[in-house]
Amino acid sequence: MKEEKILLSHGSGGRLSHDLIKKLFLPNFVNDKLSKLDDGAILKTPGTKLAYSTDSYTVDPLFFPGGNIGLLAVYGTVNDLAMCGAKPLYLSCSLIIEEGFPLSDLEEIVLSMKKACSIARVDIVTGDTKVVNRGNADKIFINTSGIGVVKRGVNTSGSNAQVGDLIILNGPIGNHGIAILSAREGLNFETTIQSDLAPLNGLVNEILKYSSDIHVLRDPTRGGLATTLNEIAQSSRVEVEIEEEKIPLEEEVRAACELLGYDPLYLANEGKLVTFVSPHVAPILLEEMRKNEYGINSKIIGKVVKKSEGLVYLRTSIGGKRVVDMLTGEQLPRIC
Amino acid sequence: MKYIDEYRSKTLAKNILNQINLISYQPVNLMEVCGTHTVSIFRNGLRKILPLHINLISGPGCPVCVTPVRYIDEIIAFSRKKEFIVTTFGDMLRVPGSTSSLEKEKAKGADIRMVYSPLDALKIAQNNPEKKIIFAGVGFETTIPTIASTILKADKEKIKNFFVLSMGKLIPPAMKSLLESKEIKINGFLCPGHVSTIIGSKPYQSIASQYHVPCVISGFEPVDILQSIYLLLQQLKNNQAEVIIQYSRAVKPEGNEIALSKMKEVFITVDSDWRGIGNIPQSGLEINDNFFRFNARALESDIEIEETLEFKNCRCGEVLKGIITPLQCPLFKKICTPENPLGACMVSSEGSCSAYYKYN
Repeated sequence: MKEEKILLSHGSGGRLSHDLIKKLFLPNFVNDKLSKLDDGAILKTPGTKLAYSTDSYTVDPLFFPGGNIGLLAVYGTVNDLAMCGAKPLYLSCSLIIEEGFPLSDLEEIVLSMKKACSIARVDIVTGDTKVVNRGNADKIFINTSGIGVVKRGVNTSGSNAQVGDLIILNGPIGNHGIAILSAREGLNFETTIQSDLAPLNGLVNEILKYSSDIHVLRDPTRGGLATTLNEIAQSSRVEVEIEEEKIPLEEEVRAACELLGYDPLYLANEGKLVTFVSPHVAPILLEEMRKNEYGINSKIIGKVVKKSEGLVYLRTSIGGKRVVDMLTGEQLPRIC
Repeated sequence: MKYIDEYRSKTLAKNILNQINLISYQPVNLMEVCGTHTVSIFRNGLRKILPLHINLISGPGCPVCVTPVRYIDEIIAFSRKKEFIVTTFGDMLRVPGSTSSLEKEKAKGADIRMVYSPLDALKIAQNNPEKKIIFAGVGFETTIPTIASTILKADKEKIKNFFVLSMGKLIPPAMKSLLESKEIKINGFLCPGHVSTIIGSKPYQSIASQYHVPCVISGFEPVDILQSIYLLLQQLKNNQAEVIIQYSRAVKPEGNEIALSKMKEVFITVDSDWRGIGNIPQSGLEINDNFFRFNARALESDIEIEETLEFKNCRCGEVLKGIITPLQCPLFKKICTPENPLGACMVSSEGSCSAYYKYN
């Protein structure tokens, strides 16, 4: 690695994060479960298949329109397990708190986590708390890990996409990214956009009724839809084509993107999933997904065109075509 | 969305394309001066639907890309001293200087803060009276009025710890310089929409008349750009060279007079270095004597600026002038990538190399 220090871009979920994983973590922790680079690991134990996943949560601000860091810490890991095709069961919760953090805020976060666990039907069964000197952490960091069970015949790895698969997205993208941005200091624009933060295990449960035709499940969080599709295309070595007109986008998110010069394809989501499915089940599945509260706006957004090195193309709304690359660094508002 | 959807209509785009095909059969070089146009052309896949003989050339209109190495080194030198807080637009963080970048200095512990507006930098100055706040004042005519307003506000509120390192640049002199150099044949200009909301259409008149090159001030949606291309082709066909405002929903011939007067109040026009292009007469803006106390260059005795090292094989200059496309640079995608940019054109989201890398 050429850079001497860790840069913020190493944590953005884009190409530098991938470099770090592929050049440092993977070669050192090498094993077949990790090397799949899915949202969680699938562990075979006698009689059952387990999914195991972990994530650390840092968000600024801690409380944002549509959620807070506590809800995020529960739903984030629940969703990572769900994307492995698992029924999430147990979570761990580890807190790193900065000295001087208001107890009332901590209580609010914990109450949110309690509520989230009850909605997602998981239990926090082990935990840890550390308090560090003022200035050694930014308010509060939360790590959760989780375990779930995977039913027989379910395999939703990002490396499973097949030529001909249709791609379904469960609703409009970019709400979480814009909600966080609007709540951050410095960008003075008012909006009613709420984060899409939601537990997706219920919706996944519905989808998995068709498990033999469900090839891939992923949640496009950091790095957005564009980065997730690139990851899938690369792991499965296929070419993906999506259609701009078919990607659901709320008017307000679109307006905010126009204003700031952002591409919604790269904005973070916390309640979205993409699934690659056999074409013959797509219409029925779409109907089923639309019955779930987190799938009402589900749409087929594209397809797997052919075997390739792993490229994603977009048909633009005026009839052009272009490559969709992974996120590089953070998206920044334009100067001019 | 009103004012957007109608400019992304497939039917309209198709109609204009048909018109273009009817009047255009000779090879032409049309330059889109502005980086936002470059990105829009790529994002909408316009090159793929236009006839092959219409060659769209990306110009120097990305403020980050044309900022010289020496200026980055100056800002870095400020950031290395504890008494300063450096504030900047986000794009500037990753632009390589001679040996470092603001992003790398930040990782080493320098107090560098990304702001969305110079007014945010002024707020930081008010909240940190024991520090001197340097704002990296990069931008074209679109951004400069806000910097001028911020200096006027700092003056009115008697703020003593706010300084601007001005690197403001003017677009029309750069366009003239490209035509003067004769390194590339430009048949028509797609003039920048944002810049023109401030300066209006008059500054392009002399380009059209002296050099006989038609100019169309274009909006940023695909239909805007296609229509502007059509308006250029039509002028070429009729051997005309005029300035037409296609982006009339935002641009008035006289521009924004209030913004222009604020610019004039605070800045004077000076000769200025453009990264990769060189010195262009009367193409830059410096803070005038009345507001000299806000000029960060007055503090340069406090800092040590390293010797300027230009990266030898970098062909950003030729890219910025439209002489080569990024694809013709031997470093492109091989050594120079968005993760490890050697030239500024790869850093800014509106830079030509970044757009080619991302969308091509």
